Amino acid sequence: MTSLPEPQPGAKKLGLVIDLDTCVGCHACATNCKEWNTSGHMAPLPDHNPYSAGAEGVWFNRVHSYEAGEGEAGRTVHFPRSCLHCEQPACVTVCPTGASYKRAEDGIVLVNTDICIGCQLCAWACPYGAREFDEDAGVMKKCTLCIDRIYNETIPEAQRVPACVATCPAQARHFGDLGDPDSAVSKLVAERGGIALMPELGYAPVNRYLPPRRRAPAPDPGPPRDPGPLPSQIKNPLLRWVDKVLSR
Amino acid sequence: MKPALSIVFFTVASGAGYGLLFWLGLLLPAGLLPMAGWFGVAGVAVALGLISAGLLSSLAHLGRPERAWRALSQWRSSWLSREGVAALATFAPAGVFFLALLAGREGVAAPAGLLAAVGAAATVYCTGMIYASLKPIRQWHHPLVVPGYLLFGAFTGAVLLALLAAAFGLGAGPALLAALLGAAGLALKRAYWASVDAGPPIATVESATGLGFIGRVRPLDPPHTETNYLLREMAFRIARVHAARLRRIVLSAGFMLPALLLVAAALFGGGGALLLTWAAALLALGGMLVERWLMFAEATHTVTLYYRGGSV
Repeated sequence: MTSLPEPQPGAKKLGLVIDLDTCVGCHACATNCKEWNTSGHMAPLPDHNPYSAGAEGVWFNRVHSYEAGEGEAGRTVHFPRSCLHCEQPACVTVCPTGASYKRAEDGIVLVNTDICIGCQLCAWACPYGAREFDEDAGVMKKCTLCIDRIYNETIPEAQRVPACVATCPAQARHFGDLGDPDSAVSKLVAERGGIALMPELGYAPVNRYLPPRRRAPAPDPGPPRDPGPLPSQIKNPLLRWVDKVLSR
Repeated sequence: MKPALSIVFFTVASGAGYGLLFWLGLLLPAGLLPMAGWFGVAGVAVALGLISAGLLSSLAHLGRPERAWRALSQWRSSWLSREGVAALATFAPAGVFFLALLAGREGVAAPAGLLAAVGAAATVYCTGMIYASLKPIRQWHHPLVVPGYLLFGAFTGAVLLALLAAAFGLGAGPALLAALLGAAGLALKRAYWASVDAGPPIATVESATGLGFIGRVRPLDPPHTETNYLLREMAFRIARVHAARLRRIVLSAGFMLPALLLVAAALFGGGGALLLTWAAALLALGGMLVERWLMFAEATHTVTLYYRGGSV
């Protein structure tokens, strides 16, 4: 059913919080995502020409890098992009078959690849480019929020987080319930002023991005120091020796 | 957006087919064109042929065409599903209309024709809404997109009606109707282009990344060195100079020339009229293929913000 579940007050909204201040752009999240998901719920994820020119395939996570601002205020920001598990996911409502759906119990947006017809309208409807078409299987694929990890009772509890979160060496990725104002992720979002992407389009993304922290301005170095005379300008050998010792 | 030929052909062919079915279903019961004889039968056959060819072509766009029947299930939320339901539902009255005309049963043909006309309009409306409901694509999420699909279907359908009427020697009425719709199509397409060219962007790379508070944002390193599905499907680019030329081709060859040829056909009549109407029909359908190709080629998707920056 591609109609959206009725929003319930206090309903669970599982999602990611991505810290753009600490992300180092290492692509480990993208790589571990690919590694887990190519044998997970949406498996396999195609790879064409993996070892030669023209290598491409389906990835649920893509890490862009941007420059923002000018001059001293400018900075480089690494920006992982994946499904935001929107509260108003048009990718679900446009689906003609019911293959796309949003889970009422936790808000995860999934595709049932057994009934997807591969019309790709959902990819057109997603403003964020979260869905990628599997040209081998003829069906659409997308981030599952690692549904096969987060509820997986056969792996240690500490590992029951999405693969991208588990692997992030900078701990720039956080997973939790954004529908609960007291959850760790909600508090993080509140504390750091987490933002939603392209809110003007009305998709109400669940995932939040923590903006890079404003840097303290560089300390004022004061007026330039008088370098004093050059050693060759000091005629007296004793004073020249003293100057040399003190200049060390 | 990548202009997929299967969809370009589908919307042009079934648009014209539904347009022709609409006019036949409306004008035959109204008594403005003859029910008796082979005119109606030939007309509905052409219409259903074009509709079927278009629908079959649309299946070629699917990754799993054998599952296409599943697309009929989500009509509560999906315009694509509604289009499928409306298209299939229209076959019922259209089929009865065809058989009744064949059997000379005018009492049955009249209501079936009217129902088929309603179904044809509803189907093309759904087609337009598929595009108009997509918010990430500014050029599609526009109030003139649905009127465009309806009017261009009515225009190309009327041109085919004029061609059939000329072939059966049924007077100049359909030709004048088609010429009038051609002029309206020209005006609408010009207004649409003027509006989308002047329209404000719907999003910027600053809002797409949330980094605007730092300053201007520009892409530094792409996430992958080779292309991918997103870039192939949604980052199609057409050179502005080609777009301008193709727009002129649409306006002149697709709308203006056919309208003028149809007026000339109505004025002169006789054997020359059939030739002129043939030329008008070929130009109109050819122009419509270019129009639909441009509709995709010129459409920009917000996902390109992440790759190219700027605004869309």
